[in-house]
Amino acid sequence: MAFQAEQAWRLDRRVAIRPEPFGALAYHFGTRQLSFLKTRKLLAVVQALDEQPTALAACREAGVTEQELPAYCRALETLARSGMVVEDAIHAR
Amino acid sequence: MPADAVSSGRLVDHFEAGLDAPICLTWELTYACNLACIHCLSSSGRRDPRELTTAECFGVIDELQAMQVFYVNIGGGEPTVRRDFWEILDYATTHDVGVKFSTNGSRITAENAARLAASDYVDVQISLDGASASVNDAIRGPGSFVTATEALERWAEAGMRSFKISVVVTRTNVDQLDEFEALADRFGAQLRLTRLRPSGRGADVWEELHPTAPQQRQLYDWLLPRGDKVLTGDSFFHLAAYGQPLPGLNLCGAGRVVCLIDPIGDVYACPFAIHEAFRAGNIRTTGGFTAVWRTSELFQDLRRPQTGGACASCSHFDSCRGGCMAAKFFTGLPLDGPDPECVLGNGESLLSKLPDRAVPRPSADHSRRTPRRPISPCEPSPLAGFEVTL
Repeated sequence: MAFQAEQAWRLDRRVAIRPEPFGALAYHFGTRQLSFLKTRKLLAVVQALDEQPTALAACREAGVTEQELPAYCRALETLARSGMVVEDAIHAR
Repeated sequence: MPADAVSSGRLVDHFEAGLDAPICLTWELTYACNLACIHCLSSSGRRDPRELTTAECFGVIDELQAMQVFYVNIGGGEPTVRRDFWEILDYATTHDVGVKFSTNGSRITAENAARLAASDYVDVQISLDGASASVNDAIRGPGSFVTATEALERWAEAGMRSFKISVVVTRTNVDQLDEFEALADRFGAQLRLTRLRPSGRGADVWEELHPTAPQQRQLYDWLLPRGDKVLTGDSFFHLAAYGQPLPGLNLCGAGRVVCLIDPIGDVYACPFAIHEAFRAGNIRTTGGFTAVWRTSELFQDLRRPQTGGACASCSHFDSCRGGCMAAKFFTGLPLDGPDPECVLGNGESLLSKLPDRAVPRPSADHSRRTPRRPISPCEPSPLAGFEVTL
C-alpha cells in the first residue's frame, strides 16, 4: 500500500513495540518480522499515529522538523510496506 | 531482520553492548528425543530428571512477558515429547510471548496441525537435513525423512502458511539446495538454512560434515540472490567476508541480544555453546532469568568491547567480526582468532598448525547410551547394517 503522509495511519494491532535506548524494536506477530526504529523520535511518531488524524500530524506532534520530515516519511513508508503500520480506516477522511 | 531508515549511529554497536532484554532466545524444553541425529547441538536423547516443571516454565514465560521478549525459539530434544508441551505453548501465546518451535515431525497429527493453523502467535519448523531420504536419514536416522515430509503434508493440508523447513547445511546436502527449495515450494513452506556447528554431538562429525571451502562459496553464491526469501537465522555472517553481507544483523548476538535456556534452567550465551565456560547462571536462583540476563559476569563481559586479536588487522574484520564464538571454542581455536571456516582460510591454516590443541567437550551429554529402537515397528531398523549376528 502506497504511503501517503496526509492520510490516517496506525500501528497494526498485531505489532508489539519495545522501547530501547537507540529507539525501539517492533515485532509483527502476523508476519513474524522484526524491525528496528532507529531513533526515539521515530518511536514517538509511531506512538502518536493512533491519536493524530494524519501521519504528517503525528510527525509534527513528535517534534520532527521540516528538514527531518522526508527521512521520517521514508521510514514510515518502509514500515507501511512491511505492514507494521496500516491505513486507519476509522480515522480516514 | 530488515533495518529501517532514520539512523542514529550503528545499530550493531547498540547490540554489541547488549540490551536490557534479549530480542529473542532459544529455550530447549527437554533433552528427551526420539531421534539421535549425529550432529545434535545439545547432545539430546534422554530426559534429565532435573528438567523444569510446568509451573517453573510458566514462571519463565511470566518473566519474558515482563521483559517484553517478543518470541522464544522452542526446541530440545524434541519439545513435543513433553506432556505439557501444548499447555506451555498456550501459556506463552496468551502472555504476549510468541513461539517458534522446531520439531522432527514425529508427533504432528491432523488435530494439532489444525490447532497450529489457527494461531498467529505460533510459527513452526520441521528439521530436515537432506532433500532425499538417503542424505537426510544418514544424519537424522532411518525413517526420519518420511516422518518429516508426512508432517509437512499435514501442515499444508491444515491450511498452515509460512511454516519453515529448517536445514543444517552439510558437505552431503549442500548440492541439494535447489531440491530443498523445490520441496519448500511444494508445501508452501519457507526454507531456512543454518550453519553446522561443532557443538554437542556435532563436534564428533564436524570434520567430515562441515562444508568444504569451495562449498561455502557455492552456498554464499546461492544465498545472495535469494535475499531474505531464504532465512538463515543470521547464521552465515562469517561468509560476509566474501563481499556483500547476507541479510541479517551480521553479528554474534551471544549474551548480547540472544541466549539459551536449557531444559534444567541453565542459561548459556547461545544455543551452540552448552559448556561451563558459557554458562551465565540458572533461572532457579534468586532474581530468576532477569537477573542472570542483566547481571551475570559472563554476559557483562561479552558486552564489553571485544578485541579482534589476530583478526583485528584483517581488512575483512568489519564484515565477519571474527565469526562464531562457539565454532572457535569447540574446534579448540582461540576466541579472538579466526573462525574455523574463515573464508580467507585463516582458520583452516591455524587448525593445521595446532594439531595437538585441546578441544573442549560439551558439559552436558544426554545422548542415549544404547541406540534407539525404531520409531514405529514398520520403519526400517535404525540398527540396520550395525547388527551383530552371533
